[in-house]
Amino acid sequence: MRAPGAMLETEPGGVVVLNTWDTVLWGVLPYVMVVVLVGGLVWRYRYDQFGWTTRSSQLYESRLLRIASPLFHFGLLAVIAGHFFGLVIPMAWTAAVGMSQEFYHFNALLVGGIAGVGTLGGIALLIYRRRTTGPVFMATTRNDKTMYVVLTAAIVFGLWTTLASVFEGEHGHNYRETVAPWFRSLFIFQPDIAAMAAAPFSFHLHTLVGMALFVIWPFTRLVHAFTAPLHYLFRPYIVYRSRDRETKGRGWSAVGTPDRDTRNR
Amino acid sequence: MRVMAQMGMVMNLDKCIGCHTCSVTCKQAWTNRAGTEYVWFNNVETRPGQGYPRRYEDQDRWYGGWTLNRRGKLALKAGGRVKKLFGIFASPVQPELKDYYEPWTYDYKTLVDAPLGDDFPVARPKSLITGEDTKITWSANWDDNLGGAQDHGHLDPIVEKVRRESEDKIKFAYEQTFMFYLPRICEHCLNPSCMASCPSGAIYKRVEDGIVLVDQDRCRGWRQCVTGCPYKKIYFNHKTGKAEKCTFCYPRVEVGLPTVCSETCVGRLRYLGLFLYDADAVTAAASVTDPQDLYDAQMDVLLDPHDPRVQADARAQGIPEDWLDAARRSPVYALAKVYKVALPLHPEYRTMPMVWYVPPLSPVVDLLRDQGHDGEDAGTLFGAIDALRIPVEYLAELFTAGDTERVTAVLRKLAAMRSFMRGISMGGAPDEAIPESVGMDGQSMYDMYRLMAIAKYSERYVIPTAHLEQAHDLEELGCSLDFDGGPGMQDSAPFGEASGRPVPVAVDTFNALRDRQSSDTLAEGTSLRGRVNLLNWDGRGAPPGLFPDRHTGETDSPDRGPAPDTLAGAEDKS
Repeated sequence: MRAPGAMLETEPGGVVVLNTWDTVLWGVLPYVMVVVLVGGLVWRYRYDQFGWTTRSSQLYESRLLRIASPLFHFGLLAVIAGHFFGLVIPMAWTAAVGMSQEFYHFNALLVGGIAGVGTLGGIALLIYRRRTTGPVFMATTRNDKTMYVVLTAAIVFGLWTTLASVFEGEHGHNYRETVAPWFRSLFIFQPDIAAMAAAPFSFHLHTLVGMALFVIWPFTRLVHAFTAPLHYLFRPYIVYRSRDRETKGRGWSAVGTPDRDTRNR
Repeated sequence: MRVMAQMGMVMNLDKCIGCHTCSVTCKQAWTNRAGTEYVWFNNVETRPGQGYPRRYEDQDRWYGGWTLNRRGKLALKAGGRVKKLFGIFASPVQPELKDYYEPWTYDYKTLVDAPLGDDFPVARPKSLITGEDTKITWSANWDDNLGGAQDHGHLDPIVEKVRRESEDKIKFAYEQTFMFYLPRICEHCLNPSCMASCPSGAIYKRVEDGIVLVDQDRCRGWRQCVTGCPYKKIYFNHKTGKAEKCTFCYPRVEVGLPTVCSETCVGRLRYLGLFLYDADAVTAAASVTDPQDLYDAQMDVLLDPHDPRVQADARAQGIPEDWLDAARRSPVYALAKVYKVALPLHPEYRTMPMVWYVPPLSPVVDLLRDQGHDGEDAGTLFGAIDALRIPVEYLAELFTAGDTERVTAVLRKLAAMRSFMRGISMGGAPDEAIPESVGMDGQSMYDMYRLMAIAKYSERYVIPTAHLEQAHDLEELGCSLDFDGGPGMQDSAPFGEASGRPVPVAVDTFNALRDRQSSDTLAEGTSLRGRVNLLNWDGRGAPPGLFPDRHTGETDSPDRGPAPDTLAGAEDKS
């Protein structure tokens, strides 16, 4: 990690002054975020299995949900895939397979733009539905409202960075030289703070809101994403379970469990 | 062959008077919570009628249960695993609240609080979903006793089907009406499609007694089970976001008590008991091509508890001896397989349901009586069963996938029993010709009569208790010194008191007793470290020592809590 306050050159010739804020935001906060996210998920998984649900409101209303929810969720899956390509795959790799910078960006903006607009449209429709359908609105907790604000902000700011690149065209910011190296450097515990500090404000905002989203994630209904039922593809259709072994693998004993554990003898 | 035990139920529909006591007591016991207002684990439907939720039997719309795919293999009617996962964000086939009804309460407070005036105060109906004033337009048994049948009797999917096939009319005019009640709970199927539909794998069948339950901790609210169940007996709790279903009152059944619906049934029409079945044969049985063969296939899956080979296999599977005895005395096995008068509900869904029904003879008897015939004469009854095509066809659509011969055979047995026993009651000699005409003998017909008409409590409910002791390896009979730390070291767990493996009660007691016997002071202050006996605590405040101190080693600090006599004094003063 480079020392805060050091003068650093970044291309194309600009000079970035790293201050304490940069260190905190791009050197410390990501790790705090990960600790809260992982710790929060582990805590919630151990102690709040009953609260771990989609809290579906389809029983109240399904006409709008039928359009909005798949639009949002599939859009989001595309957005996640796009983030993976943009952040994890280094520029050198795409160049090595002969993908030009222009081609990459055209694709990223086209696919990313469509996915982003779809996601935003989906969540807008979902929020509209939530606000206007009486029972759905009544089932909305304060926690949900906070979550919707952060989630929508993350999508809006993300879309802003994408659309800004579209309008700026050639002169647009290449996040694969700033945000992406920083993102990858986090995993080797050598955060490239300077690279991230060099990114424009819109990217900073999107990243910060994104981190806020991950921080609140374990404490909202969003946790259902972490139990996406992919194992359904592999499990047998009929599930037998013994009455006596149903408490195994839990963080606590069920009500009615005899008070001494002698099963492991 | 893999022998498994299954708790089953039989309902004798001739005895159902449609009083809804089972529904009400079930609701009071299980679903009187927020989020389950519309949930009826047990409901009683008037048939013909739409049922609950409305038209749930219309599988062209709801895609419940199983079907055979092009290769003749069993497949979920609503689609396979991949299709289900793609439809997970908005379940494509999902009953909404309007298919059930919008639950409501009344603004009773107005009746008491309304200011004096010229008008009577009225308790307005309030929706339990929105809290707003509501207009009551439907409920769980809106078409009770054929109410409104002129307007929507034709909406019964089975009426539709029978009409289509017979090009005849089921008239809802009074003089031609037939009617009976159908109480329904979860079928606790051998091949449950709700379970197969659950992406999380949260629905499971208990190995010991076959009861199908939803693990509330594992359910994530993907709500595919609601689609999967053709009987629509899985409900979505809209407050907790979890699926809920009939539990077969497993906490009662485990200790040998009948389910709430059975216990409170005033008609005493429910029977509870065990089936033994071959778990390895279920899938093949559910896959037979012709839906009308499903009944026979299901019969073949049920094993004879008197067969020594079955008993040996059951013992090998760890089924306890008292369960085998209960299986031999099982009333549900007798009604379903020995007398063959109980039929499964909608076998064509291929779920192998385990709640069975004795079809009602009463529509036939009532009609005969109303027309001035002798409703208890065997010949008249037999003739009427054959002549009254429409009730029989309707019952066949419910219980035998449309096979009228099977339903007729059951009704003839019931008619024969009726007239055979009438002969005996009237002081005549038993007319053996009557049981013979339906392929039975006098003794077995009399036994059937005892089970169905006398229906003693102990014969209706043969419920073996659960064997909890098996699982826990005969608790504490093993070496009680074999645990972390060993005897006398019970405070040495790595993360302080109560961490690590618990100390067996016997060891804890042994140490406390030794301390008490060998120490000079009262045992309270040291060996139990100033804990409060909760039996003497009145619940007010927190007396010192309510929360035990951490063990601090050898030193005996004075603030460890008072001796029992000072504590008792303090409580008296407070």
